Amino acid sequence: MAALVGGLLTGGVYALVALGLTLIYGVLHIVNFAHGSLLMVAMFAAWLLWRAGIDPYLALPLVAAGGFGAGWALYRFVIGRVSRGEDGAILLATLGVAVVLDNGALVLFGGDIRTVETLYGFTMIEAGPLLIALPKLVAFGVSLALAGALWAFMALTGTGRAIRAVAREPEGARLMGIRPDRIFALAYGIGTACLGAAGCLLLPSFYVSPQVGHVFVLVAFTTVVLGGMGSFPGAVLGGLLIGVTESLGGLLLGESLGPICISLLFIAVLLLRPAGLFGARA
Amino acid sequence: MRWWWAGVVALAVVPFALPSQALVNLALLTAVSAALGQAWNLAGGFGGLTSFGHAVFFGIGAYAGAVLQTRWGWSPWLGLPAAAALGALAGYGIGAAAFRAGLRGSYFALVTLAFAEAARVLANSLDLTGGGLGILIPLRPGLANFQFTDRRASYALALLLLAGTTAAAAWLRRSRFGAQLAAVREGEDAARALGIDPVRVKARVLAGSGALTALGGTLYAQTYLYVDPSIAFGAERSVEMLLVAMVGGAGTVLGPLLGAVVLHAVADGSRALIDVPGFAPMLYGVLLLCVVAVLPGGLARLVRA
Repeated sequence: MAALVGGLLTGGVYALVALGLTLIYGVLHIVNFAHGSLLMVAMFAAWLLWRAGIDPYLALPLVAAGGFGAGWALYRFVIGRVSRGEDGAILLATLGVAVVLDNGALVLFGGDIRTVETLYGFTMIEAGPLLIALPKLVAFGVSLALAGALWAFMALTGTGRAIRAVAREPEGARLMGIRPDRIFALAYGIGTACLGAAGCLLLPSFYVSPQVGHVFVLVAFTTVVLGGMGSFPGAVLGGLLIGVTESLGGLLLGESLGPICISLLFIAVLLLRPAGLFGARA
Repeated sequence: MRWWWAGVVALAVVPFALPSQALVNLALLTAVSAALGQAWNLAGGFGGLTSFGHAVFFGIGAYAGAVLQTRWGWSPWLGLPAAAALGALAGYGIGAAAFRAGLRGSYFALVTLAFAEAARVLANSLDLTGGGLGILIPLRPGLANFQFTDRRASYALALLLLAGTTAAAAWLRRSRFGAQLAAVREGEDAARALGIDPVRVKARVLAGSGALTALGGTLYAQTYLYVDPSIAFGAERSVEMLLVAMVGGAGTVLGPLLGAVVLHAVADGSRALIDVPGFAPMLYGVLLLCVVAVLPGGLARLVRA
């Protein structure tokens, strides 16, 4: 039971990470291989701000805004330029960015694992028979709130509508006076902003190292594929499901074999139902 | 073009005359990289099957040799055919499953990554593979044990593997099977209309590529006498094979050789300038971005032009 709740709470953050990925996929139709590495960068940004005396939760808006800017610029000046819109080239371009970011962090920060110490880091809340770690609860709540806000933004605002139009029909959107290349950079920026927020939410209960992106990259892809590429509710439900799977897998198979559940689930979904649980059949 | 090959062969022979083991070591690493990149290139370049998880084959080969000799006392030489067979089996299995499900492009890349990660977790937790500690192969130099105190012997074997993979690439360029593969790469529906079964062709080339990559894994383990889960199945391994082929020129015979030489030159040159872990791999990433941006055919494009 405790594992179930713990997994569900972790799943909330996975959902936020996956939301960024699914947005980028849904709009640009690219598999963003740099996603895990960008999350790692966000976590280091939050860690640096914490060293400068800013609490990770207070830093959240700052890092998310920085993430938006960085993602926008990254697409505009690197990924978009390098790939010229070709499919295979985009995959390699995002891989190249991931390699540069991971090793760049290794050069700057070294390979050590770093954590933050906060007053609330080990605070537990009693909920009936369960003890829940406060940072996990906060991460879960804020993640779902941000997911809701993002959904509202996409559904209700003009910009959101423009993004959805480009996702559906870039050529048609262009005829309506929307510039697809700008929307692409915007979507990449928003996707990276999700990672900025997720990085701040993860830091108090997790660690950061240059390799931390690898931990999340497969999790994020599994979530997105499970929920259906490009589907918002799919990403959220997929995230919760992955969190629970991971936590139960760890409980049943043990600490070292547990993570295999994620890879096997991912392979199974891709082979048996590539459209995911909620996606339309391609 | 012929002059380039003469140059390659001449360059490959030079290390045998070198007195310095350090330089021979560099040549050995380069040759192993080139052989692995060429093995990746068979599927990734000629077949257009961009794999992000070729470490799965490398690791199978490395562990096959190590487990067979340390657990059951097999001769390490017998590890080679065993590794090749297991690598081919894994390649065919992964290929048949993935291609039957219609996975291609990014999805295929992701599923190979997931297979490699699953293999890493397995190797990390099974007793057979020594768990996270890995396997230390006892030092017993001698031809019978496939261990050499002189690095030049290992280098010769690496060159042999490189020659084998390069011959396979050259064969793919000229053979009927290679033509079928190219047809499938350029258009599956058109290939099917000609009576070619795309799933079968792609699974076969992945099996061949997997077998040769596994041989590289055995050779590596036998040279350095140690395997652990991240050496064998780590994402860095897969990325390096891809980089060597992509930077040099995917789908060309000469490409991976050029790629390996350039990457190792960059690695050693940068280490002389700034000796910080991560710096050289970071340059690899930059190099990949540059190649994708301005030279999509890789360095081999420059040679032909």
